[in-house]
Amino acid sequence: MRFGGLVAVNDLDLSIEPGQLYGLIGPNGAGKTTVFNVITGVYRPTSGEISFKGQPIVGERSGKITRRGIARTFQNIRLFGEMTVLENVKVASHCRQTADLASAVFRTPAHHSEEKRVDLQSRDLLKIFHLEQFADEKAKNLPYGSQRRLEIARAMATLPRLLLLDEPAAGMNPQEARQLMELIRWVRDRFGMGILLVEHNMKVVMGVCETVHVLDYGATIAVGPPAEIQRNPKVIEAYLGGA
Amino acid sequence: MKGFVLAIVFVAVLFLGNSLLTGGLLPGFSVSPYFLQVVSLAGINIILAVSLNLINGFTGQFSIGHAGFMAIGAYVSAYVTAAFGDRIRGALGMLPPTFQNSALLLIALGIGAACAAVAGFLVGVPSLRLRGDYLAIVTLGFGEIIRVFILNIDAVGGARGFSGIPRLANFAWIYLFAGATILVVSRIVRSSFGRTLVAIREDEIAAEAMGVNTTRSKVISFVVSSAMAGVAGGLFAHYLMYVHTNSFTFIKSFEIIIMIVIGGLGSITGSVLGAVLYIVLTEGLRQFAQYRMVLFSLLLIVIMIVRPQGILGHRELWSFFPRRRRVEPVPPAVAG
Repeated sequence: MRFGGLVAVNDLDLSIEPGQLYGLIGPNGAGKTTVFNVITGVYRPTSGEISFKGQPIVGERSGKITRRGIARTFQNIRLFGEMTVLENVKVASHCRQTADLASAVFRTPAHHSEEKRVDLQSRDLLKIFHLEQFADEKAKNLPYGSQRRLEIARAMATLPRLLLLDEPAAGMNPQEARQLMELIRWVRDRFGMGILLVEHNMKVVMGVCETVHVLDYGATIAVGPPAEIQRNPKVIEAYLGGA
Repeated sequence: MKGFVLAIVFVAVLFLGNSLLTGGLLPGFSVSPYFLQVVSLAGINIILAVSLNLINGFTGQFSIGHAGFMAIGAYVSAYVTAAFGDRIRGALGMLPPTFQNSALLLIALGIGAACAAVAGFLVGVPSLRLRGDYLAIVTLGFGEIIRVFILNIDAVGGARGFSGIPRLANFAWIYLFAGATILVVSRIVRSSFGRTLVAIREDEIAAEAMGVNTTRSKVISFVVSSAMAGVAGGLFAHYLMYVHTNSFTFIKSFEIIIMIVIGGLGSITGSVLGAVLYIVLTEGLRQFAQYRMVLFSLLLIVIMIVRPQGILGHRELWSFFPRRRRVEPVPPAVAG
């Protein structure tokens, strides 16, 4: 992925199996969020291919890619601030609904049953993420840790097969980070989706991920299970220092 | 069922009210035609304000072209009545005259609204990918293009205006459609589709990332809103019996924006309040003659300083009156 003269990501060869917990790490500026943005269609890669479930997805709008089954969270939280927590989650389930605008205007039985279904499903999701007590609270009023969890809950409402988490543990204390690790593992076990995690918190990455992919200045310097990566001299030199 | 009964009662009250106010019901009781006209025009403003709020308030798109769609509705419906009115009335000969006129009005309004909707689509598709200020300028431009285009069509009067439109609309019809507009917009807003609109307003990129087809949502709301403006235009034409493109300049678009900003962007009752307040102020300040617009402008400035979010802000009128919460059964807990 090239921005003018700057090559942000070069020669990236990355594949994720269904249900795999895949970590992407690297120093700041290594190109991790760029990879996210390329996968989710925010940027169009200047060269290369991306395919999901056997279908090429390069050049599609991010909304279309999400509807295919790839959901993401944002590094700087992008919640719908004025909407309630419950509404934030409900918006994300819109793409999985069948009732259309006409049924909303005429308030058909189909509309009512769909609304009820979405309401129950969204509340269930909030319960999983320990957010049900905030259901009617405006998203912008939530404490930071809860906002981060809401980001993930919202992405989950799109029923993804691949979930991209952009620094979900940022700003969390060790206890919150531990809860997050359990949550990520639980979500993968329960729903079976692949998870691509970009994270700086090494405890979280090494504790959760099955495969770790290390980037430095846009280039891949190592890929492998956490134990290998932690011993890899190139990685230690570029990044870990003393994890 | 309850809804149906309420609707019928509403319609009955409106038409009875209209007879009452025009002096046809109680001998000796009537209101001044001026007062009735102000109230009726307020009703048309309500339709314009509530429909524009769908785009500007709920979806957060800055559109300044609403008067253009009103113009299309006005001129198309007037043309339908003028050119095909007799033929349509003839085809409905078996019905009593009032029903003939009602049917004619509905047909004219329907065609006018459909044309306004098509125009909304043609304007919306290229424009709605633009952000903020750019969208504002483009819609401003389109509004003027539509107006000048109509101005140059001799068949609808051109610079002399379109006169001789039969008075098919009255207080009752206007408020019937105002009620319908409020109902439709509030149902749209309180639905999954409505949530996508607010999501687009809050963070369009995040909305897209959550699977919302933002272009589709924006265009659909724009088309619906334009159709409603077309209805308002049709009612306007068939109430005043004469239209001229001077009524549909960008100043009209600005007036509607003032109404929804004072009332509160993102509040349907706010738009109603803003529309009514606007007319009350412009008419009520007439006694101050040449100082009318100065006072009006000062008032707007004061309101924007003291209450920039508008009178009702994002909220609806009833949220100020807390209701007793119904205790709802808790759904069964899901394992996990």
